[in-house]
Amino acid sequence: MTSLVWLTILFPLLGAVINGAIAIRRPEAKGLVSLVGVGALLGSFAVAIGIFLEVLAGDGTATRVLLWQWMPVTERLSIDLTLQVDRLSTVMLLVITGVGSLIHLFSVGYMKSDPGYARYFAYLNLFVAFMLVLVLGASLPVSFIGWEGVGLCSYLLIGFWYEVDANSDAGKKAFLANRIGDFGVLMAMFLLWWHVGTLDYDGLARQAPEVLAYAGAPVTLIALLLFLGCTGKSAQIPLFTWLPDAMAGPTPVSALIHAATMVTAGVFLVVRTGVIFSLAPVAMEVVAITGALTAFFAATIALRQNDIKKVLAYSTVSQLGYMFLAVGTGAWAAGIFHLVTHAFFKALLFLGSGSVIHAMHHAQHAAHAHGDAQDMRLMGGLRRAMPWTFVLMGIATLAIAGVPPLAGFWSKDEILAAAFVRGGGNTIYLVAWGLGLLAALMTAFYMARLMAMTFFGRFRGGDTLEPHLHEAPAVMTGPLVVLGLLSIVGGVLNLPGFAGGSHYLAHWLEPVTDATLPYLDRLEMPHGMTELLLVGGAITIALVGLALGMWTTLRRPVLTPAATPAATGLARVLEGKYFIDELYQKVFVGPTVWFSRRVLWQGIDQFLVDRMGVGGTARVAKGLGWLGSRLQNGHVALYLTLFVAGVVLLMRAVIGGAP
Amino acid sequence: MTAFLAAIGYEQWILHVLLGLPLLAIPMILIMPVHRARWIALTVALIELVLGLGLWWAFDPANPAMQFVTDVPWIGAFGVGYRLGIDGLSVMMVLLSVITMPLVVWSSWRSVDTKQRGFYALLLALKTGMLGVFVAMDLFLFYVFWELLLIPMYFLIGSWGSSNRLYAATKFVIYTFVGSLLMLVAIVWMVMEVGRATGTYSFAYEHLLAHAYLLESSGPWLFVAFALAFAVKVPIFPFHTWLPDAHTEAPTAGSVDLAVILLKMGTYGFLRFAVPFFPGFALSESVGLVMAGLAVIGIVYAALVAMVQPDLKRLVAYSSVSHLGFVILGIWGSTVESVQGAIMVMISHGLSTGALFFIIGMLYERRHTRKISDFGGLARVAPLMATAFVITAFSSIGLPGLNGFVGEFLVLIGAFGRYPWLVAGATTVVVFSAAYLLWATQRVFFNRFTNPLNEGIGDLNMREIAVLAPLLLGMVWIGLYPGPILRRTEGAARMYIEMVEPYLSETPTVGGTMFRGGR
Repeated sequence: MTSLVWLTILFPLLGAVINGAIAIRRPEAKGLVSLVGVGALLGSFAVAIGIFLEVLAGDGTATRVLLWQWMPVTERLSIDLTLQVDRLSTVMLLVITGVGSLIHLFSVGYMKSDPGYARYFAYLNLFVAFMLVLVLGASLPVSFIGWEGVGLCSYLLIGFWYEVDANSDAGKKAFLANRIGDFGVLMAMFLLWWHVGTLDYDGLARQAPEVLAYAGAPVTLIALLLFLGCTGKSAQIPLFTWLPDAMAGPTPVSALIHAATMVTAGVFLVVRTGVIFSLAPVAMEVVAITGALTAFFAATIALRQNDIKKVLAYSTVSQLGYMFLAVGTGAWAAGIFHLVTHAFFKALLFLGSGSVIHAMHHAQHAAHAHGDAQDMRLMGGLRRAMPWTFVLMGIATLAIAGVPPLAGFWSKDEILAAAFVRGGGNTIYLVAWGLGLLAALMTAFYMARLMAMTFFGRFRGGDTLEPHLHEAPAVMTGPLVVLGLLSIVGGVLNLPGFAGGSHYLAHWLEPVTDATLPYLDRLEMPHGMTELLLVGGAITIALVGLALGMWTTLRRPVLTPAATPAATGLARVLEGKYFIDELYQKVFVGPTVWFSRRVLWQGIDQFLVDRMGVGGTARVAKGLGWLGSRLQNGHVALYLTLFVAGVVLLMRAVIGGAP
Repeated sequence: MTAFLAAIGYEQWILHVLLGLPLLAIPMILIMPVHRARWIALTVALIELVLGLGLWWAFDPANPAMQFVTDVPWIGAFGVGYRLGIDGLSVMMVLLSVITMPLVVWSSWRSVDTKQRGFYALLLALKTGMLGVFVAMDLFLFYVFWELLLIPMYFLIGSWGSSNRLYAATKFVIYTFVGSLLMLVAIVWMVMEVGRATGTYSFAYEHLLAHAYLLESSGPWLFVAFALAFAVKVPIFPFHTWLPDAHTEAPTAGSVDLAVILLKMGTYGFLRFAVPFFPGFALSESVGLVMAGLAVIGIVYAALVAMVQPDLKRLVAYSSVSHLGFVILGIWGSTVESVQGAIMVMISHGLSTGALFFIIGMLYERRHTRKISDFGGLARVAPLMATAFVITAFSSIGLPGLNGFVGEFLVLIGAFGRYPWLVAGATTVVVFSAAYLLWATQRVFFNRFTNPLNEGIGDLNMREIAVLAPLLLGMVWIGLYPGPILRRTEGAARMYIEMVEPYLSETPTVGGTMFRGGR
């Protein structure tokens, strides 16, 4: 089965091609589209399960599957299209095809009435194919195909409804932010190849420590450049601004690409190149503190957003920050653990919000009303009309807030404990731990606020809409139920000792992560009293945050947009997302465009080169021509004089000698 | 296939047929009725395509020397000969030209409705010139073909171009003529001096290459003369300003030929003549820095200028300047990898930019405008065209999995050893190239549909699909499986590096020894 791993890529790729053809020839054949689109994913998932069972039975050694020689340039640079199945890529494979299947299924209901149905599934299938290339690639360049390919699909899907300028803008912005990161990945590849002589993950893990001095400048630079790529792909400071805008795409896209899979690629890459990072302690600190700052910073913004998807978007940025905090402390398994549980509960939250938006949208449609279907200030009391969605999103909220025994509690706790331990000897990690705790409090708060505004209190969207609110069809709630179950039990993957587990996932990933051990201080996880205090503190923070969020939201009636006074002070800053977008626009984008137009194009190209250079040459030539024409003025005397002078000079030259 | 080609003596006649057929067809076009002109041109192009494709199999990748060699005295007294030959680099350029030709004719099918005889006759003359430049192994012959190209191109732009065509055509001729005159002087000078030293006055490439080292004092001057001629053609910043005008004013066929073939003549000249003749000077530290530096300036500068162009063709023209910079950087990167990358960029740029010009031409035929602001939201009314454009744009942006990435990646990684900082500068273009193409894509095919005049433009028709499909397939093929091409060009790249290697200041090696602090 493992040697057939390419099938997992081929199925969605074929699905994309077929659905693409349908999109062009017969876009109305929606039944066929669903069959192809969902079928491709289910087929892929089935193969993934087969592979998983084999890997489970195996001893942890990686299997490499050579597809074909991609760039056979010279002996020293020959890049093959090789896939690598090991325990890390298997985890990713299961998450992508599993959660991917659920989201494809959900989309059948969600996108039912969209005229671009076939195109949507073509893009979504293509995305899964690229995402699998990313995680299965056995070398940086192969993963880079997937890395940029998912960026392409993200671009296409964010701008899916391209006739709204803002959506197209958001797609472009996402791709450009990612490209800034990709500059880092490319430069890292160049440095790695010239230093180590290979770009293969296996080869790098073996040879990099021999060539690159521990904590030396080259390895630190390489790790930081790789991390720059991760900040783009995984929306971390300073490149996070594209992700909230990416919510312009259909909601299942936000769930699959911008929560569960693509945006976690950066975390995956750090784990994949863990040896490089572990050789560069400074880079590790940068990763951890960037993650913690992002977790904190994005959470503060989420406190004051009113668009249900925007809250979730900033929440995703924040949770990704936790994952980087984890890998930055060298707690590789904790990062992957949180990646997996987050995929469950965040996909559930997004799909749940999709279900809510779907209901709002249909109610507006049925009542011939217009309004913002995503503004929580126009929702309220939806738990009555949508009990399934309410309960399931409630589960996901408890999970992300970190209430035991749900999945998010275990993974977040693991991360904070790791940061705390590292903090013992390094203040940076202690600060990171503090930021993580504060972010946890805010997470619980903004999620409770989201639930309260959406599902509790009175419905604020108008009396005409209320009777039209309905629960989503089974094809949409079905996947929600599965994700709900996973969000509840996901923690069993990696239960700690005090809960009767033995960190199963962490041990399972050891064949991949152990290569970093020689270069990292061991993480002595806390035991006894310290552990209980940490866990107790985390639970308290979650419960306090939830209670505060509920209480502050419900203690007064929520104001509708029209009745909301303009925010002032800190609230205004938070609502304006610290005005980072405006800052980037003013400082980077605007000046670049101005400089390109005024200085480079009009200044250098048109004025200096064309007018002065080319035009000047032409004028000189013209001038010489004019002088020449002056000579031919018809005065025979002048001609004769010149003639004689010429002959004299010529004879002088021929005869030679001194004058 | 190889055996079959050997049996029919393919390698003995193919180059002569490829060169001669278009010229022979010109009188036919001129005497036959006007409406037959395009059919004759298409027939010739298709015959050339079928015959030319044989090169793929007949060419022996394992042999790095010149193949299919012909050496017939022509003007004996001056040592001029009808000397032809091809290596991996030439083969790819010849294949690129024979594949482009039918597409160019086909794309002009409806758009050219005036003076058709002249148009197609000039296209054919251009064809012979293009092929000749890449197979000539005699510098006199090379110069003849080089100039032969200039004239048809001048008339193509001048008579079938758009509003500002005369200005553009004149600028094109003056720019390139100044360059090529310098080259002529350099060639003659070289032949004389080598002749004086060796006693053999010959324009033969091999002869001059073998003895160019004798020209110690005049070498630098000769290199400068060659380099100026080629730099204008590439074009290298700051000699590039003729290109946006020529591209913009030329008819689609001219733009495509310019982009796919003519620009490659400059980089071909560097690889074949200028650097191998005078490697000691060309690859010296200071000259190398100037050339690689200008290449990187061009890469970034042109991308930034492309971003603010209001005219689609102008935008693509500047993108060409940016892409060709990679070729120069790859040549001066001086590793087999970077030279392989340079050749790959030459091929890839042909496909992507060719396709972009075709699509813009199709838009122009429909709407008689190339201004970006006249469009918007076209994806709804022309989904196929939008799809083709988006794929091509991403190929040009350098998305891995499509053709553009392979060449750029190899150039950058190969040149990094010698010029780490310059490569870092060049790599920033991954952001800017995405910026200018995606912004243009968005304003033409996405966003709100604002201009009612675009309502009835219609999607691609079968003829247009047939023009674009081979290019799109080529993009995916090269992107995923460039091996067969890389193997065919490897010999040429290796030969080149072997030739220049003795003149390189300490060659960096892979594996940790190049940067201080790396242990």
